Amino acid sequence: MSPGSNDLSSLLERETLAAKEPTLWLRARVLQAIRHFFTERNYLEVETPCLIPAPAPELHIDAIQAGSGFLHTSPELCMKRLLAAGCSRIFQVCKCFRQGERGGRHLPEFTLLEWYRAETDYLGLMAECEDMVGFVLEQLGLSPILEFQGKAVDLQKPWLRFTVQEAFERYASVPLEYALASGRFDEVLAVEIEPHLGFPKPLFLYQYPAALAALSRLAKHPPGAAERFELYAAGVELANAFSELIDPVEQRARFEEELAKRKQNGQTVYPMPEKFLRSLSSMPDSAGIALGVDRLVMLLSNQKEIDSVVTFTPEEL
Amino acid sequence: MYNASDLRKGLKILIDREPYVVVDFQFTKPGKGQALYRCKLRNMINGIMLDRTYRSVDTFEPANLEQRKMQYLYSQEGHFYFMDLQTYDQSALSAEQVGDTKNYLIDNLEVDVLLFDGRPIGLTLPNFVDLLVTHADPWAKGDSVAGDSKPVTLETGYTLRVPPFIEEGIKITVDTRTGEYVTRVK
Repeated sequence: MSPGSNDLSSLLERETLAAKEPTLWLRARVLQAIRHFFTERNYLEVETPCLIPAPAPELHIDAIQAGSGFLHTSPELCMKRLLAAGCSRIFQVCKCFRQGERGGRHLPEFTLLEWYRAETDYLGLMAECEDMVGFVLEQLGLSPILEFQGKAVDLQKPWLRFTVQEAFERYASVPLEYALASGRFDEVLAVEIEPHLGFPKPLFLYQYPAALAALSRLAKHPPGAAERFELYAAGVELANAFSELIDPVEQRARFEEELAKRKQNGQTVYPMPEKFLRSLSSMPDSAGIALGVDRLVMLLSNQKEIDSVVTFTPEEL
Repeated sequence: MYNASDLRKGLKILIDREPYVVVDFQFTKPGKGQALYRCKLRNMINGIMLDRTYRSVDTFEPANLEQRKMQYLYSQEGHFYFMDLQTYDQSALSAEQVGDTKNYLIDNLEVDVLLFDGRPIGLTLPNFVDLLVTHADPWAKGDSVAGDSKPVTLETGYTLRVPPFIEEGIKITVDTRTGEYVTRVK
């Protein structure tokens, strides 16, 4: 088809993409600001392979098979090997792939920002999240008080903090213990709690039940909680962070548990990521976080659907 | 058998032995948690809406639905009778099941009747139906209040607004999806 073609489908495509252009500009500037922020803080930008032989064995994350391996579902394992090898501050912006994830806020191929830092824990990352978003807003010349889908959101720090327990007490129709015992934790969280989180300021939901954090260190207080947090803004989940588990024996046991559950469910059973497990013994105390870049752009551009912040959706290819 | 990942708008499934159509669908997945498929479903027999959240492990029976070409025959005591154009079997739908489609039901009209387990539960009209105007007031020229349209009554009792030149005894085409006048039948 010639570039000047006027058939209906090319016209529609040109219109759709033209409507997206301001958001694509904003997206590009967000990416530049993110890189600027981490580079100024002496983080090394890394690129780890997308095609890997063994993804992290997590029950609810399905990797896409590619050749004899898999497309990574996050760069976590390779980045932690870099941490173990002595890179103490690293970040990466990359495409990640998850089978079957498609919805208003999900794409099977999406962009993650991950960063890892030695000698800190998940509380240190909360502060860095606040700083990073503040820096991006400043770089883009955006007001920290913005509107998202008709509601005001104030991105100035300090942000809010709720434990999972507190969030259940406040918003859920059933107690946390019951939701866990009956296997309804995710449903109650998604349906009853999430829509309330992140107003009027972003909110860190923390102290997850240990069973829900396969790669996280367990907290000393309270017992049974993992040092994990999720960041929400305006009801949108933006990021997930851990104080990293660095005990290879414990980590192997948790992976085995996840793999056993996958096998039981008839899901693909991944090979054990042996090289990652071997590297854990030399990994320093550290924390890491994965932030959905598409979702951050949605928030900053007041877009309800993730489709609006990417050039093409899978359905348009 | 359907899996949760087959769920999408328009899918018809069986719940408690009744057919439901998915009218709204949302995929959601809390961080590291299980995929959730939030659905709004409409009962295809009584129209009642239902909210359900499904997980990846859930499976569904497809609803045994079939569309048959039928001809509208007549109505009697709140029931509407149709004849299957292949088998010549007769089926009846209640006034409730027929709903507003009765505005377009004229003798011998061909429609698609929806059967669930062999039982008729609803019908789909052709997009356009030609109907006779049985009552039309003469148009008062210069009547600016009425604007450029006037109300008429059709042979089914349905009233709608049409251009002023439409008179009694004329046949017009009506769009059954919007209920609006399309053109005068030549």
